[in-house]
Amino acid sequence: MMKRLQTSTWVYLLIAFVLMLLPFVKDDRWFLFLMIQIFVFAIFAMSYDLLLGYTGIVSFGHAMFFGIGAYSVAVTMSRLDSTFSSFLLGVVVAVIISGIVAFLAGVLTLKLKSHYYAMLTLALAGMFLYIAERWRSVTGGNDGFTFRIPELPGVLQDHRNVVIYLFTLLSMVLLFFGMKRLTESPLGRVLVGIRENDQRVESLGFRIMPYKVLISVVSGVIAALAGVLYAVSLRFVNTQVFDIEVTLDALLMTIIGGVGTLVGPILGSAIMNLSHHFLSDLASVHWIFQRWVILFGIIFILVVIFFPNGIVGTIQKKMHERKMKQRVKQVEKQSAKN
Amino acid sequence: MTQPLLRVEKANTYIEQFHILQNINFEVQKGELTLLLGRNGAGKTTTLRTIMGLNPATSGHVFIKGEDITSTPTYKIAKKGIGYVPEDQGIFYELTVGENMRVAMMHEDDATKERLEWSLELFPDLKKFWKKPGGQLSGGQKQMLSIARAFVNETDLLLIDEPSKGLAPVVVEKVIEAVEKIKDHTTVVLVEQNFYMANRLGDRFYILDDGLSVHDGYMKELNENEELKRKYLGIG
Repeated sequence: MMKRLQTSTWVYLLIAFVLMLLPFVKDDRWFLFLMIQIFVFAIFAMSYDLLLGYTGIVSFGHAMFFGIGAYSVAVTMSRLDSTFSSFLLGVVVAVIISGIVAFLAGVLTLKLKSHYYAMLTLALAGMFLYIAERWRSVTGGNDGFTFRIPELPGVLQDHRNVVIYLFTLLSMVLLFFGMKRLTESPLGRVLVGIRENDQRVESLGFRIMPYKVLISVVSGVIAALAGVLYAVSLRFVNTQVFDIEVTLDALLMTIIGGVGTLVGPILGSAIMNLSHHFLSDLASVHWIFQRWVILFGIIFILVVIFFPNGIVGTIQKKMHERKMKQRVKQVEKQSAKN
Repeated sequence: MTQPLLRVEKANTYIEQFHILQNINFEVQKGELTLLLGRNGAGKTTTLRTIMGLNPATSGHVFIKGEDITSTPTYKIAKKGIGYVPEDQGIFYELTVGENMRVAMMHEDDATKERLEWSLELFPDLKKFWKKPGGQLSGGQKQMLSIARAFVNETDLLLIDEPSKGLAPVVVEKVIEAVEKIKDHTTVVLVEQNFYMANRLGDRFYILDDGLSVHDGYMKELNENEELKRKYLGIG
């Protein structure tokens, strides 16, 4: 069993282990908060990658699922009590609502061309944003509301962030390996086939619609789980979670890291969150840094120029080309010997 | 006469506003290799796509073993044992050769595994480049992969669209040899512009011109009819 694990899996596990030790080395509140944000958005961006990178479906309203997750857990915990059972109930509500919405969006549009899904998700996200803004008695409107999270027995108040950090990291790692397994499974190969040439997949005997709807649901549910973790990490939620900017962030993270790589969105999330944090911090040096987006735009252009397939995608491509060259050399050597 | 394996009856197919197939009729008998010949734009590819349900006929009928499949979805037609090798080969570029084959395998039973082994013996390059992404194969290798992939399931009828297109003569020869072996196992409908290849493989032919089926018969007849070859195929 141990030997059957790929080298890359060991590398990912090692990185996860190092990340697990980090809060014990650097127990800084802001640093932990930043890392939690990276993990949360990494999960969200990976869910987007499942749609875009593996199935070729473009969504402009992915934030809707993120928002559903965030509000489900926040409303449940504020209305009931701040216990683990309320938290779990919130997660279940998030999974059910996001699953149903993703299923309906998929069934209604995925038979048509991909841009219909993009337009419908954009419209639905707008609708959820409108509802969240207007239904103030439940959502708190634009101002949002704070809520308490369960007390952790035996954990000091100061160490609660460490627990949330570890929980978010563990969630990211588990979801990453789950999605990796999915994309490497026969089902994942069919999804790649659909992205590349859906008519060809159909000619091979596959009804493509259920595959597209399934991945829409899986992706929506994972995005909702990211929303749950986001709300829990902040103990606060407001209507910004439904904003189109959240979807655009996921898109940028996926493109920067590498579409269709899963690891790429994690890296993309780290680059975007760290850029935001450190570039904004430099505002005291020069006012231009207050507008971090301008500088981030330059970073984005450079990444696109030097890493056309995203950072991870380009590295993977180069490594593969190198491997193939070595193989050709071996074959040539063998031929020369014979 | 026995019931034909495939029968296309007065099929009319439109692509957007263009009337591509105009009352096409043709039959394919089990065990034969039937050629669809004609100049570019004659409607040969659309005929195959109409059979597969990718461009369904707006009127007329397509029958497989007597069953009307005119309005049947493509995936159900494929499950009836109809393999399709499209003109652009339809290789999944990011999947390896092995993954391309696995995606196509509807079952993992012994018969499928046997056919896979047989395909790999027929096209040894596929075995050699098993882990290579489909996009990195040469044109000939992509064609071999496309044929092997369509044939890996139990296939009653194989539709092959211009397998020699863009290939070097030496590779075309390999493809001819492979199709010769495949036709011993299944019925084939072959669209081909390369008359040398068509002549070596075909039992029967249909000539299409401007969406109409204008002539049909046995290959021997076509070989002897210089006028027909000159008029519709530009040979002579």
